[in-house]
Amino acid sequence: MAKDDTGVRYKLIGTRPDRPDGLDKVTGRARYGADISAPGMLHAAVVRSPHAHARIRGIDASKALALDGVKAVVTRADLPTGLTGEDWNLQENTLAGEVALYDGHAVAAVAATSKLIAQEAARLIQVDYEVLPHVTDVDAAMQPGAPAIRPGAADYSVPEGMHPNVVKQIDFGHGDVDAGFAAADLVREHTYKTEATHQGYIEPHACLGQLGADGRGEMWVCTQGQWYIRRMCAAVLGIEAANLRVTPSEIGGGFGGKTTIFMEPLALALSKKAGGRPVKLVMSRAEVLRATGPTASASMDVKLGMTRDGRVTAGSVRFRMQGGPYIGSSPVGEALSCAFACYDIPAVHHLGYEVLANRPKAAAYRAPGSPMAAFAVESLLDEMCRELGLDPIDTRLKNAAREGTKASYGPTYNRIGFVESLEATKAHPNLKAPLGPNQGRGVASGFWFNHGGETSVSLAVGEDGTATVSVGTPDIGGSRASIGLMTAETLGIPYENVRVNIVETGALGVNEPTHGSRATFASGLAAVEAARQAIATMCRRAAAEWGIDPEAVEWRDGAAHPAGPNAGKFPPLSIAEIGAKMGSTGGPISGHHEVTAGGYGASFGVHVVDVEVDPETGRTTILRYLVVQDAGRAIHPAYVEGQYQGGAAQGIGWALNEEYVYGADGRLQNPVFLDYRVPVASDLPMIDTVIVEVPNPGHPYGVRGVGETGITPPLPAVANAIAAATGARLRSLPMSPPKVLAAIKAGRG
Amino acid sequence: MVQVNLWSGLRRLADGNQVVAVEARSLREMLDALLRQHPGLEPVIRAGVSISVDGVIVPDLNAPVTEASEIYLLQRIKGG
Repeated sequence: MAKDDTGVRYKLIGTRPDRPDGLDKVTGRARYGADISAPGMLHAAVVRSPHAHARIRGIDASKALALDGVKAVVTRADLPTGLTGEDWNLQENTLAGEVALYDGHAVAAVAATSKLIAQEAARLIQVDYEVLPHVTDVDAAMQPGAPAIRPGAADYSVPEGMHPNVVKQIDFGHGDVDAGFAAADLVREHTYKTEATHQGYIEPHACLGQLGADGRGEMWVCTQGQWYIRRMCAAVLGIEAANLRVTPSEIGGGFGGKTTIFMEPLALALSKKAGGRPVKLVMSRAEVLRATGPTASASMDVKLGMTRDGRVTAGSVRFRMQGGPYIGSSPVGEALSCAFACYDIPAVHHLGYEVLANRPKAAAYRAPGSPMAAFAVESLLDEMCRELGLDPIDTRLKNAAREGTKASYGPTYNRIGFVESLEATKAHPNLKAPLGPNQGRGVASGFWFNHGGETSVSLAVGEDGTATVSVGTPDIGGSRASIGLMTAETLGIPYENVRVNIVETGALGVNEPTHGSRATFASGLAAVEAARQAIATMCRRAAAEWGIDPEAVEWRDGAAHPAGPNAGKFPPLSIAEIGAKMGSTGGPISGHHEVTAGGYGASFGVHVVDVEVDPETGRTTILRYLVVQDAGRAIHPAYVEGQYQGGAAQGIGWALNEEYVYGADGRLQNPVFLDYRVPVASDLPMIDTVIVEVPNPGHPYGVRGVGETGITPPLPAVANAIAAATGARLRSLPMSPPKVLAAIKAGRG
Repeated sequence: MVQVNLWSGLRRLADGNQVVAVEARSLREMLDALLRQHPGLEPVIRAGVSISVDGVIVPDLNAPVTEASEIYLLQRIKGG
């Protein structure tokens, strides 16, 4: 039974009932993006550029069209012209126009009566390329002589004289950093680099699209945001949003990579060209890695000043990030804003650049930008603590941001839980576990803003008193269960009597995707409001039946009660009793809530990792891993723990093994999981978790988003642990065995 | 008068100012007044900004502001 700091006890909030999707998922009943068929269905295949940068001189599809079973081929010529801004970027990424911009960039698509015929047809489509020089490294892309990928793409922010690949500059800060560094006893400055990684969801992108000559269509797709998919497909294809209904499937992971479109418009365009027959498009793993949205790669300079007793006097960062060949894809702004967000530093300066490169269009990946920034800042902080002989947790406590601190990115924090998270970490038994030879411990902290966004939710009372909640946020982390718990708590009915459904774009007002750790917060808040509206209606129905004033009715334990002795002696009317007669007492009973939700609260986390590094191979083994993070209020603690563990697992993979490897030809060398190495169950120990609860005043139950913060501390925590175990400090990711071994050997002299 | 804090990169679009004072009773009036005073900020506002009022991102342009409000224009942030 959960208890908040006012002493209120909840019946359901904080309990761990069975997840509503559990049986479906373990029996194979759950229907994912590829688990759908329709009569007359065709299968699609995509032709992709094998060059990192090439002019497209011509496309000849005649041999493909002559193949028996082929029903349609589309190229950029089939799409409308005249788009601008991000809509143009999306259309250009869906099908290349004049230039292929990265290895894997889609150039044409074909629909046929079987997948094999479609793939054969794709091979028969001849594309005449003129190969152009390419650049894939973020620093190299800024140097004189680097090929200009799209001259003129820079926005208002870039000063004169920078390479045309630099498309954005961001600059902000406060205080006098020069004075701050002058006041420090120790000033250190280093450069840190991270490589591009992929969100690594198990389920590849898949959809079934159908579009008629009348411009009306439907799509079944695995997505984090069906309204975004609808709007983006409508823009790219030149159709009206209301004419496209998008239904989200069950989703096998997203982490940000499924908040946007990559190939969905192709299924619709092919369908229209094939006379309106439905077209199924499923990406292979190689296509996912080559041509969806990995995260950015980053090159970051950090400078910190610290007094001998551990007070940070000034901080300055200079970040360079590439997110592919389009403006606005890299999270450099977010990275800068997160860099010092955990701390109360009187003088800070942030400068960042977004740089174009011949790589796929980056998409969001779990707290975009924050993990890279944390790797840089938390590593340098650790280096300086070691140099001064200071405890890493005490130093963070000394500098911690609290309520009333001016954030590094400007506004003043209200209620936040960083100090509580540090104190809970300090008290944890993992900190006392003994360490043997070649073993070391690393500590790091992390932060994410979280988000609110457009939210629309409906709740309906059934004739039997059960409740159906329609939400627009696909469930990637347990939101159906947590929204069910919040709704049941508000209505005062059993959790099993609430069913939460994720609905299609025709059924609710616009919803932002499940991103920014917003689903449990925003859809939950709206579900609570919708439940309160339904409660108000049910109280009015009871009042009418009893012949008393509605103000004299209160709702308690799933029933309407007369409020106080003066209201009259009536037995309670349960939700089931009211529901059974709603048709004759005023009509169906429901509640709705639409809002662009504000009032969300940031989530801070602290990770502690113990590693053992094999001095002969450089292989790092995770011995022990602790995640401590502020959830505001854990509605369903098992899901919160799962988010903490999942974020840590992805961060460990990013820290130790994962990277996009490009050859000299600009082609991705490791586009399958055999060579793009994510952690599997046998790689990791059980990850320990501690849920800290500092309720967010902006939510009826105190919820803070939790999904993203967990991936931000692991990169520096693992780097700090490896430094402790070996004496070797690595400043570029991943810290794979060859690199660790080289660093150990260099240290030995 | 309401004080609006801009990020330092916007200084050159706001005549060298990082804090701009405008007459406004709501966020909408505040943005309109900012643009009238510094038309160079138009591409920034058009690209989309988040507005923090007293430490909380407020998405509703109808929201009220007073001279005591702490207001920051921030880059748009969403998440993954």
